[in-house]
Amino acid sequence: MSYVLGLKCKECGHRVPVAPVHVCEQCFGPYEVEYDYAAMKGKVTRASIEAGPKSLWRYRDLLPCEGEPVTGLHSGLTPLRKAKRLAAELGCSQLYIKDDSCNYPTYSYKERVVSVAITKAVEFGFDTVGCASTGNLANSTAAHAAAAGIRCFVMIPHDLEQGKVLGSLIFGPTMVRIRGTYDDVNRLCTEIADKYGWAIVNVNLRPYYTEGAKTYGFEIAEQLGWKLPQHTIVPTAGGTILPKIYKGYQELIKLGLVDDTPAKIYSAQAAGCNPVVTAIQKGSDIIEPQKPNTIAKSIAIGNPADGYYAAQVVKDSGGWGESATDQEIVDAIRLLGRTEGIWTEPAGGTTLAVAIKLIQSGRIPKDESIVVSITGNGLKTQEAVQNELPYPQVIDAKLSDFDKLLASSKSREPALASV
Amino acid sequence: MPVKVRIPSPLRNYTQGADVVEVGGATVGEVLNNLKAKAAGIETRLFKGQGELNRFVNVYVNDEDIRFLQKLDTPVKDGDELSIVPAIAGGR
Repeated sequence: MSYVLGLKCKECGHRVPVAPVHVCEQCFGPYEVEYDYAAMKGKVTRASIEAGPKSLWRYRDLLPCEGEPVTGLHSGLTPLRKAKRLAAELGCSQLYIKDDSCNYPTYSYKERVVSVAITKAVEFGFDTVGCASTGNLANSTAAHAAAAGIRCFVMIPHDLEQGKVLGSLIFGPTMVRIRGTYDDVNRLCTEIADKYGWAIVNVNLRPYYTEGAKTYGFEIAEQLGWKLPQHTIVPTAGGTILPKIYKGYQELIKLGLVDDTPAKIYSAQAAGCNPVVTAIQKGSDIIEPQKPNTIAKSIAIGNPADGYYAAQVVKDSGGWGESATDQEIVDAIRLLGRTEGIWTEPAGGTTLAVAIKLIQSGRIPKDESIVVSITGNGLKTQEAVQNELPYPQVIDAKLSDFDKLLASSKSREPALASV
Repeated sequence: MPVKVRIPSPLRNYTQGADVVEVGGATVGEVLNNLKAKAAGIETRLFKGQGELNRFVNVYVNDEDIRFLQKLDTPVKDGDELSIVPAIAGGR
């Protein structure tokens, strides 16, 4: 049993019972899951959560699933790390990395949304799941579907890098390459879900899928010792995770599990695809679509429908939005690697680059608690940095050659601050 | 000048279940406006005010988002295909 009341349109408030629907029949707005928070009071507590499994399912009372989880039993509960060396670099005192680059089993935050969506798909009785994706979501959907033994279709743009195709193919889904951009693929998936009655996790299961993203926010708060961070910087693509981290924080406040302290949320986008940041900076509530052109492909969504809500949450929380150029993204990936031993993908580089800008411009005070959201792993996007790093020299197996090399490299060791 | 308008499933109760409706008009705005003759009531779902689409309604002409063209003033011709698509967000 869950605490779910039903679905409610975020746009016009129209309510419908729980079903595999995602678009309001009245206004096309997105449906969101509504819960009975009053019934949770006294039952959903810090102790009840802490006694739960060491996975994202410890928050199942705040997720829209009725029965036992089908997948994701080892997903979530990733490290929230105090980033001391990076903090020293930036002059901050309380800088944290929420590190989903090691999320199980496909190394991105998508495990959270997919675990909930596939569990819900099985509950609804679907025999086929699918997704529109360029990488992380495809990897995660294919892996979780394989483990759950459900037929899976993955729809991708035709020109994807081979590494990303292989990273899904290994799990045995049917993959279809579609001529067009990600936005085209997404649109086709809407029509496929309609016609074939499949559970496309980020389309017709979207209201449930997106709820999984709240667990990222729940974990941050729990791992800080049941406190909200003063600043959370989040990458923005379709606009899923940012509003859901906020919703997660708000739910914990509502249940009395954390104090209602200011928690500003910031949107990070690549300069080559920044429709949400543009709207935030202009103070506009219209999201103008863009044609993406950035190395941060995993967050290059030019037409983000939930972008309205991402912009709104940033505004309501008192945060801001900023973008990073491709070079700044690469530099930030390298900085994180060198100072903290974490290899993130360009989406994570974007988030860190934006965090640095916000800190250096004084918008985020250096002595306050800051969480940088790292949502994906750099091993999947090696081409982003492969031409940036000097390739190691070859020497003979002689100590004298090594001595010589060491002596010459000491004189040109790059200063940390140069990155 | 008939244009083929593709109707998404949430709106097909206005078109007696039809997924494609042929409608005349010289611009996207005119076509959508003329649609109501064949699908009474549909205009209340598409438009929130005078000449303004609901923000979760996306319209494509031959696979291009009209926001990259001339929005509701985008000209259309015989045989063009116009798609009404709910704006759903991805997550890549």
